Amino acid sequence: MSKTVYSLCFMCSVRCPIKVEVEDGQVKWIEGNPHVPGIEGSLCPRGAAAIGLFNDPQRLQAPMVRTGPRGSGQWKQVSWDEALNLLAEKLQEIIRKYGGRSVVLGERANLATHVSKTFLRCIGSPNHFTHDAICKGSVNTACRSMFGYTDAQIGIDYKNVKHIIFYGRNFFETLEVKPVNFLMEALENGARITYIDPRVTVTATKAHRYFMIRPGTDLALNYALIHVIIKEKLYDAGFVERWVEGFSKLEEFMQPYTPEWAEKETGISAVEIVNLAREVAQQKPHVVFHYGYRGASHPNEIYLRRSILILNTLMGSVESKGGIFFKKGPGEVGGKPARKLTEQKDLPKVDEVRFDKVGTEDLPLPDPNHGVGQLLPFAILKEDPYPIKALIANRFEPLMSIPDRGLMERALEKLDLVVTVDIQWSDIAWYSDIVLPESIFLERTDCVQQVNGLKPQMFLRRQAVPPKYDTKPYAIIIKELAAKMGFGKFFPYETMEDLVRWQLEGTGFTLNDFEAKGFVSYTDKQIFWDRENGLKLKTPSKKIEFVSSLLEKAGYPSFPPYEPVMPPPEGQYRLLVGRCAIHTHVSTQNNPYLNEQIPENVLWINTREAERLGINNGDLVEISSSVGHGQIRALVTDLIHPEAVFMLHGFGHKARLAERCYDKGIADGVLVENRSDMIGGSPALDDTIVTVRRAYTKA
Amino acid sequence: MSQYYLIQDAQRCINCRACEIACKSNKKLPEGPKLCEIVEVGPRFVGRLPRAFYKFMSCYHCERPWCVEVCPTGAIQKRHDGIVFVDEELCVGCKACMNACPWGAPQWNPETRKVVKCDYCMDRIDQGLKPACVTVCTTKCLYFVTTRDASRIQREKAAKQMAVFE
Repeated sequence: MSKTVYSLCFMCSVRCPIKVEVEDGQVKWIEGNPHVPGIEGSLCPRGAAAIGLFNDPQRLQAPMVRTGPRGSGQWKQVSWDEALNLLAEKLQEIIRKYGGRSVVLGERANLATHVSKTFLRCIGSPNHFTHDAICKGSVNTACRSMFGYTDAQIGIDYKNVKHIIFYGRNFFETLEVKPVNFLMEALENGARITYIDPRVTVTATKAHRYFMIRPGTDLALNYALIHVIIKEKLYDAGFVERWVEGFSKLEEFMQPYTPEWAEKETGISAVEIVNLAREVAQQKPHVVFHYGYRGASHPNEIYLRRSILILNTLMGSVESKGGIFFKKGPGEVGGKPARKLTEQKDLPKVDEVRFDKVGTEDLPLPDPNHGVGQLLPFAILKEDPYPIKALIANRFEPLMSIPDRGLMERALEKLDLVVTVDIQWSDIAWYSDIVLPESIFLERTDCVQQVNGLKPQMFLRRQAVPPKYDTKPYAIIIKELAAKMGFGKFFPYETMEDLVRWQLEGTGFTLNDFEAKGFVSYTDKQIFWDRENGLKLKTPSKKIEFVSSLLEKAGYPSFPPYEPVMPPPEGQYRLLVGRCAIHTHVSTQNNPYLNEQIPENVLWINTREAERLGINNGDLVEISSSVGHGQIRALVTDLIHPEAVFMLHGFGHKARLAERCYDKGIADGVLVENRSDMIGGSPALDDTIVTVRRAYTKA
Repeated sequence: MSQYYLIQDAQRCINCRACEIACKSNKKLPEGPKLCEIVEVGPRFVGRLPRAFYKFMSCYHCERPWCVEVCPTGAIQKRHDGIVFVDEELCVGCKACMNACPWGAPQWNPETRKVVKCDYCMDRIDQGLKPACVTVCTTKCLYFVTTRDASRIQREKAAKQMAVFE
């Protein structure tokens, strides 16, 4: 028996639409959904490796309960009933003693996030957080401070762009299939790329202009660009006049930040800064200064991201072809989005301070929908604002994603209960008391994906094959757990298909409507708002706020004076971390095909610096920071700025049963200090100074 | 006679290796052999711009293949449409083809201890599909075409780049 199933990939969080060919219960072939423009068969390398995941005997196969000390690797395989009974019992005991708020649930935002939030409201905990802040909390806050929308509510019209400027946004390696193909199309029509990064990446090799900027000084570059754009009147005066709040304050503030000043700080010549400003302005409003996906590098991250958004606004490239646009929801065309379980009327409300204190005076601005996950170890260790006793990690990896692994390990020791839901042996699974295996994306139907954009749509992940092992979809696991704890009525479904049908009620679409192509559209026309009068901005002034009421009301400046970035002392470097096309964050290093491609990370170090330290290409080096140390092979290269060293994120796994990636390379989280932009919410992942020297191994 | 040709538009290639992985997954290959591979040359600075060449290397399915001529058992064969493939049953693992091929196309499979090479996914071709690598290529930089179309496509691409509008 063979069949074709349209679904959504989940080898990373992008959720590209896919077509799956199934024969006799086995996945025979996967390709990108041919009906979706920009996809048309394409997969990225992780997507191409999905069958490797499906067939991998090293993934989680059944519920496990710890029998030895935490992290010892001693496990007992149990039935689902046993695992969930034990979990319900332990949670109830903790809630009885310490209250619902002592339970924290962290996850990578996913289609079933509303299920998690519903569960927490049932048990009376405000403590849901997603991985988002760790990646881009400050981008989110910066967007809200300017437009009143989050970064997730804004998109980029890559296809029509004429010039795009990337700040360390390694577009062709931090790979999203559709945007990459749309930008390729633009490039073939003559678009230009300016790439700014202390390190040469694939994106740099495709760029028309490349600046090897001094690490950490992007804000200085932007202040100078804004200075030139205002001084030479290169901005879209009509657009600025109509939509901007606080332009004259910006003009006044930027006066001292000349290109000559920025040259000293960034290492980019004043002439080149001026040239960039002039060249980009010629193509306005079809230009994009890319505000980033990940935006978590510096303690002042929000101001870098705001400066990028200011540049877009000055170019008038807001709600324009080839610019940034506001995503349109079904409401724009009189449609209704899929329902979420959190919308149930009698679901209890929780009115408590969060573990991360988001929404209080301490941390007023980060998005409470996502929280600030990297503050978790501090909350646990200091019992501030109150004791945390249980952590449920749903495909979230606190040990490798939250900076300063040692700190997180100490925090975990204080917890009475650590539970992980995952598809494989992550490090947090390895340190857990109970491990609940989730069915992989090919084995489960998932909640509806609401895709807002120029054309609002809904996509659906459909089960292609039965689970290979004793695993369940997350939404079913939580439903069964909730039922055991007496909250079954808030989870009105038996199967995932039931849940999808419940979600679709009132939308005018049914499950069957997804059969033909894997998605449904609310309209077939792109919706752009009128740039003269139709921008529905959500700021208090209904304008684009250069002077931000969100920031100012909370007591923060809209334009902080630039603070110089000091070069690190000799033999020390700024540690930069990043990604490659082959691996997704911390989650694919054990995939057989992807592991073969890149089995471990190496440390990029500039040739001149390596010579000075007596380091040859391939040598083992010792790298240390104030919080940790480790050993890694050196990649000696001219392709990185002398003040920086770089390593790929996602290596140095410590779960022994993930055998291919166990102990290969080192985790940047061991070295990176846990410091955050406390205004925006992102951690400062590229702000740790490390010492590098040759390693002498014992014979 | 060679009927097919696989062209790569290197400018669209982003060195992501989806082709290599899709090929290995489709052919169920163990660690080691790569029937196609992106070979990265560079990056190096050309003036102030870093430049790299990401070259798709596979089998060219030669009209007079070195591998076929050198194979002592007749394991490597040429199909009616020009596809050069290995009949595993006949391969004795002598590796003569690996030495003979100027492009490094024949690969060693450590599990079967035989040679394995690109056959343009001939089972897919026979169903009217395209090779695995071409189908999933992230940026659509690979084209599977007839030999007759190959030159035309290259020419059109070159002409577009040379175009002057005055």
